[in-house]
Amino acid sequence: MLELRKEYFADERDDNLNEIGKGTQRQDMLGHVTGASTYFNDHKLQGMLHLKVLRSAHSHARIRRIDLSEAERSPGVRRIIRGQDVPRNLNTLLSLINFGVDDEPTLAVDKVRYKGEPIVAVVADSHREAFEAIAKIRVDYEPLPTVFDVEDALKAGAPVVNETYPRNTFTYHERYDHQKLRFGDVERGFAEADHVIEHRYQMSPIEHAPTETNGSIAAPDTNGRYVVYTSTQALFFSLDTCAKILDVPSNTLHFIGGTVGGGFGGKVDTLTEPLAILGAMLTGKPVRYIFGREEEMQYGPPRGAERIYLKDGVRRDGRIVARKVRAYFDSGAYTRLSSYAVVKCAAHLPGPYTIPNVYGDIYCVFTNRTPATAMRGFGVTAMDFAIECQMDRLAELVGLDPMEFRILNAYRDGDMKAHRREAKNTALVECVQVAAEKAKWPIREEFRRMSSRQGVAAPAPRREQAPAPRPTYERAPGYEPAGRNEPPPPPAPAPAPAHGATRFSSVFGTRRR
Amino acid sequence: MMIPLQFHHNGRSVALFVGGGANLLVVLRDMLGDMTPKFGCGQGGCGACTVLIDGEAHLSCLTLAASVEGRAVDTLDSLKDGPRLHPLQQAFMDRFAAQCGYCTPGMLMAAKALLDRNPNPSRVEVVEAISGNICRCTGYEAIIDAVLDAAQRPRARA
Repeated sequence: MLELRKEYFADERDDNLNEIGKGTQRQDMLGHVTGASTYFNDHKLQGMLHLKVLRSAHSHARIRRIDLSEAERSPGVRRIIRGQDVPRNLNTLLSLINFGVDDEPTLAVDKVRYKGEPIVAVVADSHREAFEAIAKIRVDYEPLPTVFDVEDALKAGAPVVNETYPRNTFTYHERYDHQKLRFGDVERGFAEADHVIEHRYQMSPIEHAPTETNGSIAAPDTNGRYVVYTSTQALFFSLDTCAKILDVPSNTLHFIGGTVGGGFGGKVDTLTEPLAILGAMLTGKPVRYIFGREEEMQYGPPRGAERIYLKDGVRRDGRIVARKVRAYFDSGAYTRLSSYAVVKCAAHLPGPYTIPNVYGDIYCVFTNRTPATAMRGFGVTAMDFAIECQMDRLAELVGLDPMEFRILNAYRDGDMKAHRREAKNTALVECVQVAAEKAKWPIREEFRRMSSRQGVAAPAPRREQAPAPRPTYERAPGYEPAGRNEPPPPPAPAPAPAHGATRFSSVFGTRRR
Repeated sequence: MMIPLQFHHNGRSVALFVGGGANLLVVLRDMLGDMTPKFGCGQGGCGACTVLIDGEAHLSCLTLAASVEGRAVDTLDSLKDGPRLHPLQQAFMDRFAAQCGYCTPGMLMAAKALLDRNPNPSRVEVVEAISGNICRCTGYEAIIDAVLDAAQRPRARA
């Protein structure tokens, strides 16, 4: 493969990929500064219609009756779309990778599960006429008890938010109600610790607030196909989701996008495309469905809030010996991507530190809040916030400098992680050293000389050797991860200077070919 | 109710009938096909729709179209001089002052209004001038640097 590339395309790309430190212009910059970049909404199509949705006024309610008679007679209305008009009115985003059960309708039919859930879509000649028709729709609701708190949602007798998941938690592998991590014996760790602290961390949902709101334009194309201009961050993911919901082969749809006016994770949920395409199918006209600012802020999915309980045991010498985590990810009324965020969250425990006893229970919880979605490291970011706050508290507790405390506990190459994977290419020690240096934060010489590569003087070729009996941390024989019990003696002089950028680059430098 | 409206759009005289309550952003985008001003909020909160009216920065989404009768409306589409970029555009390129690009048209017009009335602004004055323009990804520092940089470059003829 590589040879083929070299032979036929030798002139197309230089093998020298050393770009760091050189400025490279964005390929879309000229379009941005001249206004030529084309966002989905910059397409003006002949005879374009406008779609707006009626959103639920309640956070949790049964829909008794929907009266469309007045709305249907409203001027400019071309078509009113209800749940039964959607070919497959139940979907979950990650069903495309066989993860989770269909749990969310495109248009609510019997029940609404969060305030602002779409119920009816109106396609009209103008924005204004669509809004006027929406105002004439009468929905008869029967309000139901609500639950907005993740821990309340797990209590016996809590209102069932989403009947697909009667216990208000996402079900993993068809039987588990949470993600679980066990490593060592955390209670024994606490018993042997000099200090044990526990704190509760509560994050808020965060709206991405992109300057361009979510939206799409769908239009009939040749050969019975539909062209879709969209703000999506996930073009093919959205295309396949639409093909599923609309029950058409995916080659019926031609998605055009890629120029996104800010996304940050808030444009992966395929919020507008299915209805825009369905509107185009039912009217034979181009249909635009764009969120207003209020819709974006109020009903666009946010970063899900997490509640995290973190209990740590630390020894007087600064070694963390046990970490117990209980966390709840607020998925809102539907799964979307939160099930995956929880997996990421569990996979991240206990942070980039070597701790011999780790215990984690992470739940993906359904509440009557706006469904959550992706946002910049979701699942990991909040957990890291909690862990790093806790690290500062622990450092203070044992009277250690927070930077040194992190270096002391940082994972090293060859350490066994709580997930029973060997840590490789860790470089956290070097990262902290560089950060300290850049910030002119004084750390003691012994910490400046530590390395993430254990026994750096004679790099043991661990891979090639006959499998040396590894200390089995799974059984937590003690708190002795590979000779790290005592603050390690200064390692043999690392390539001088033994700290700072040189050190950092040398770690990665040896990995690169 | 439709009303007649005449104004100068990027130096060109235009005449059309618009809805009595139509805002300038809708007229520019949907009727004149000038897609450079962007819709971000429709509430005057984000600045993506900023245009110049008689040289002053205005939010087109909050401007009643009828109020620009006889006046000069300039959008980002007018900033280039033929194929040549305005110093502000060049400085934005050189300083990495755009990422998703959605706030850029408004930023550039707000900055142009500033430099036209104050060719040598202080950093504080630049911050003040773009304070109504929300950027969610680039970060303001690069944008402020670009405006200050543009002020030092040889002036294109307006």
